[in-house]
Amino acid sequence: MAAITVRGLTKHYGSLRAVDGIDLTIEEGEVFALLGPNGAGKSTTVEIMEGHRDRTGGDVDVLGFDPASGGRAFRERIGIVLQQTALERELKVEEAIHTYAAMYPRSRDVDEVIEIVGLTGKRSSRIKTLSGGQQRRLELALGIVGDPDLIFLDEPTTGFDPSARRQAWSLIDNLRSLGKTILLTTHYMDEAQNLADRVAVIARGRIVAEGSPESIGGRSDGAARIRFRLPTGVDAALVPGEPIVDPESGSVLLSTPEPTRLLHELTGWALERGIELEGLAVTRPSLEDVYLQLTGDDDDG
Amino acid sequence: MARDLRLVVQQIRYQNKIFWRTPIAAFFTLVFPLMFLVLFASIFGNDEIEELGITVAQFYAPALAVFGAASATYTNLATSTAIARDEGILKRVRGTPLPPWIYIAGRVGSAIWIAVLAVTLMMSVGILVYNVELIGRTFPAAVVSFVVGAATFAALGLFVAAMIKNGDSAPAVTNATLLPIAFVSDVFIAIEDPPVWLDVLGNIFPLKHFVAAFGDAFHPGLSGSGFAWTGTEFSEVTGTGEYAIGLHIAVMAAWGIAAAVLAVRYFRWDPRGMEGRVKRRRGEATVSGNDIESDGV
Repeated sequence: MAAITVRGLTKHYGSLRAVDGIDLTIEEGEVFALLGPNGAGKSTTVEIMEGHRDRTGGDVDVLGFDPASGGRAFRERIGIVLQQTALERELKVEEAIHTYAAMYPRSRDVDEVIEIVGLTGKRSSRIKTLSGGQQRRLELALGIVGDPDLIFLDEPTTGFDPSARRQAWSLIDNLRSLGKTILLTTHYMDEAQNLADRVAVIARGRIVAEGSPESIGGRSDGAARIRFRLPTGVDAALVPGEPIVDPESGSVLLSTPEPTRLLHELTGWALERGIELEGLAVTRPSLEDVYLQLTGDDDDG
Repeated sequence: MARDLRLVVQQIRYQNKIFWRTPIAAFFTLVFPLMFLVLFASIFGNDEIEELGITVAQFYAPALAVFGAASATYTNLATSTAIARDEGILKRVRGTPLPPWIYIAGRVGSAIWIAVLAVTLMMSVGILVYNVELIGRTFPAAVVSFVVGAATFAALGLFVAAMIKNGDSAPAVTNATLLPIAFVSDVFIAIEDPPVWLDVLGNIFPLKHFVAAFGDAFHPGLSGSGFAWTGTEFSEVTGTGEYAIGLHIAVMAAWGIAAAVLAVRYFRWDPRGMEGRVKRRRGEATVSGNDIESDGV
């Protein structure tokens, strides 16, 4: 069953079409990543699904509710982790979590939530004394304390150091294993690649590509690239296939839809001549390559 | 319903905690008016003011108690609500199942509770230190006046929070309104035979009515329980007068209801400062206001 169904969603601000006809289906239990440059319509789309924003047109169904009118019953089943930390600085960690837990009919155990997000040692600390990463983890705790079926994570690891990011990722993985549906927005390609079952890239208010992180934008069908360096004195023109020499690094590049075959020919050719192919590597276009190609010059990073 | 009431109580306690952990707000609401009482009683001495027929403290304690109640509701509520909106706290609450009315009830309830403490503290010091007299006959009317007054100033506080752009301007707006009005509302000085325009000015705003309705309850020379439409001022010639809160309550309630209606109409949960006035890259439009995309920068 679909947790989220969006058809023909639009949001206009005067002549500006922030969201310009988006269709999306997110299945229950899926981790779905929405990628896109700043101003692409990503947050507007998510905020419409959260019920924070009105839409201009289109149909939106989230857990069987129209978010614009779903009210309390709708919000009891979703958890929202905002991009910015928005907490009363004078409260203690456990006070904040207790207060939020009371808002939901079936909340999770507060101690358990504190442990999940790794704030056990900070439970009696004032929020203003927490580091940025700890505050984000508290935000995460408040987003999951109501045991929601659907969790919105708006750039959940922005500003995290690498180890905190790994921790957050494993937490999100835990939520997935509990059968939660997760919609996350992110700027990080590796985050989408690690966490998401499916990815959609949004640009200029439209979805420009959608699929698994492995296949999106024709990644799996696209040409693989073989790259290596030849010893001095070996003519690159003799290499099988259609070699291109990168004038800067001197590397030889081969592009092929059949990397297995070409690699076999190439290594056979090299072995016959007793040549070692230095720095030999086979790569597919990375998710980042695809993303940059899809979003074009829209991304100002 | 029982669950909602529990949530209201919890929200009030939550807001109270935040208040007590913000010492500057606690100081201005509770200690500051008390300093005025001590100051006035020292400057003027705690003798009887002949024109009014009561002692300095008997006059100032209830007037300053009302001032404390007004700053607990009006100033504090406007400022803390606007700042919470700037910080995205209101938006975050809006994304939870907590009904908005419960959140607002928590803020208002907490503000009124602090006002109760401010009034109790002021009157206690007055009674214990300056021999202020408590009158049983007028006590119910004093309580009614307090409730209506505190609710009115809470509504005005929410109205200000709804109208201002960001929290930084909240203290300026509230102080620039409350303080001058306090000077024409018999809080700091009881103006004898004021010029007509000053009298009219004071009577337009709700603070003077709050001070009169609550303060006259502590005037031993006035007769009646207070539950009457209009009374008569104390006359030093006859030594009599009548206590009445009806008209004062009506004026306050009119302000309170108008403020509440406008606050509901214009209240925003989204921070405007952070999201507004963002120049769009695409160049088609420059959008300001609270209704704009907030992708991270």
